Amino acid sequence: MVRLGAFLIGLFMAGWLMVSAGVTVFEMITEPAVETAEHKFHKHPKAVSFKHDGPFGKYDTAQLQRGYKVYAEVCAACHSLNQIAFRNLAEIGYNEDEVKAIAKAAQVPSINADTGEPATRPGIATDKLPSPYANETAARAANNNALPPDLSLMTKARHNGPAYVYSLLTGYQKVPADLPKENRPGQGLHYNPYFANLNIAMAAPLADGQVTFDDGSKNDLKSMAKDVSAFLTWTAEPKMTQRKATGWAALIFLIIFTGLTFLSYRQIWAGQKH
Amino acid sequence: MSVAWANEYKPQHPLMQWMDERLPIPRLMYNAIGGGYEVPRNFNWFYNFGVLAGVALMVQIITGIVLAMHYNSSIDGAFNSVEHIMRNVNGGWFLRYAHMNGASFFFIVVYIHIFRGLYYGSYKAPREMVWLLGVTIFLLMMATGFMGYVLPWGQMSFWGAQVITGFFSAIPVVGEPLRQWILGGFAPDQAALTRFFSLHYLLPFVILGVIILHVWALHIPGSGNPTGVPVKTKEDTLPFHPYYTSKDGVGLGVYLIAFVAVTFFAPNMLGHPDNYIVANPLSTPAHIVPEWYYWPFYAILRAFTVDFLFIPAKLLGVLAMFGSIALLFFLPWLDTSPVRSGNYRPLFKKFFWFGLVPSIVILGYCGVMPAEGIYILMSQIAAAYYFAHFLIILPIISRIEKTLPLPDSITEAVTGKPVLAVA
Repeated sequence: MVRLGAFLIGLFMAGWLMVSAGVTVFEMITEPAVETAEHKFHKHPKAVSFKHDGPFGKYDTAQLQRGYKVYAEVCAACHSLNQIAFRNLAEIGYNEDEVKAIAKAAQVPSINADTGEPATRPGIATDKLPSPYANETAARAANNNALPPDLSLMTKARHNGPAYVYSLLTGYQKVPADLPKENRPGQGLHYNPYFANLNIAMAAPLADGQVTFDDGSKNDLKSMAKDVSAFLTWTAEPKMTQRKATGWAALIFLIIFTGLTFLSYRQIWAGQKH
Repeated sequence: MSVAWANEYKPQHPLMQWMDERLPIPRLMYNAIGGGYEVPRNFNWFYNFGVLAGVALMVQIITGIVLAMHYNSSIDGAFNSVEHIMRNVNGGWFLRYAHMNGASFFFIVVYIHIFRGLYYGSYKAPREMVWLLGVTIFLLMMATGFMGYVLPWGQMSFWGAQVITGFFSAIPVVGEPLRQWILGGFAPDQAALTRFFSLHYLLPFVILGVIILHVWALHIPGSGNPTGVPVKTKEDTLPFHPYYTSKDGVGLGVYLIAFVAVTFFAPNMLGHPDNYIVANPLSTPAHIVPEWYYWPFYAILRAFTVDFLFIPAKLLGVLAMFGSIALLFFLPWLDTSPVRSGNYRPLFKKFFWFGLVPSIVILGYCGVMPAEGIYILMSQIAAAYYFAHFLIILPIISRIEKTLPLPDSITEAVTGKPVLAVA
């Protein structure tokens, strides 16, 4: 009974799948898939390398600080970083006084203690970095109905994230002549082949020399894009250096453990053919 | 297996003697995984994976209990509470990455364990019950894994929940009310998240219970072995401890090295970037992809593109997807060959390696690719083979196959010499 039932069900399943496969082949011939412009013109992120890449890579705090400066002076105008508190900046090499000063210079949302009305006050180290807009509606209203996303996790929320951010920032270009009309940027949109649908609401945010670094580091577009990508890698993965260090300790322990276990296994099995 | 020559538990220490007379847990352990359990001497490394699966479950339970202390199961707080764990909880990044990758490693280990059972015929008499309980564990794992993936409340969490609960709406008449009952609403929302959290915490302990039954059922006939020949004499077996505890120790070390390498150096390799975007019911991701361990089943679901008479293709797909696992319950009665091990079954071996294994690999690949053109075609052919393999090919080859001569005993297979008959 079981085998007869199985045989019939199997025959139906396999048979109907083969019929469906025939229909699929027929459809592939009669309606061949057309390559979409998004697919044809879209580019994968550029190859870019960072000091924190690889199993031994550590964050370069000078680079992260430059990246923070780019964020604070440029990106922060539209993009929040709501997973990050001012105190976290100590992890990228700012000392306590610097952190306090950075926090104090910012205005964070508060309420008026007398009236209960919304107000602002100077930040303290434990405050999160304030958002540029009060809410999503305000953000959309100020940006032609586009919503600037929060950047805290951006480098983990895209494939090959750090390279994606770098490529996007340096990837604005002239619209190719052969781009179909319906894929051309409309009003308030900008052509960028590294963006999923090729047209991004954000205008090219960075230009050569836009931010000046105190130590005179290079401030061309590529260097700044790289610095801010590194900074956003840190905001998404602040424990990376710690994680890799712990990983090596665990691996070395486990290799020794496995080696010793293997020797005892050999010893125990020495008299046994198996 | 309680064979005549198994060692008996003889507590030496007075405390252990006292314990043995009152609550003989040490005796139970000794007979289950100690010197009192006689095991075939010819296990290969594939036989490590049962123990490894148990370790993987314990890692999930321990990391999960601590994560639950810091997790907030509200739709407004879930995503941020996971980031809070990653950033502010001491060692939280480790717990969360270990749990996230631990799920994948649990599935890797269990898939190898199932693969070993399929190849060596571990599901055959007298071990059918071991197999049935094993398939039950696998189903429970899939439910647990799915609900766990919803908890961070990222984009893939939300849309995965939307798609997977949508399967139920394919059932005629009761489908849509059933889906709403499962979700506690029209779409995944607070009610769904809270109940998924509750069940995600519960099910691992149900799995643990079924594992105890799985191991119990195994100890009745005793473990199988790569030759499939039953244990006959004392020479065929070795006590589990120290022989297999030491061998499992090596396996555990290698497993942990792989686990640690991924968890610490490529923790997001097996995840999807979209789950680092907070769930947004108004924005559908370009491609909704489940976790990698569901890809073959997802491909079977999507392989059904044509309605059959009055049965819509979607319902067929859902039935086929559940059916692809459910048929494993019948496997002991579909494969009737008296020879267990694939090593002595030339025809079975060919269909196994050149049919079943590639079809599952192709289904897995198609499950992650977009549902269009060539990928649909590949998954249709592979799924057709998958069903045909278990439901048609296996029953037929078990009848017509000329199997190779089996060794007289495990010891003969190991030493190459016939064992002298012992009276």
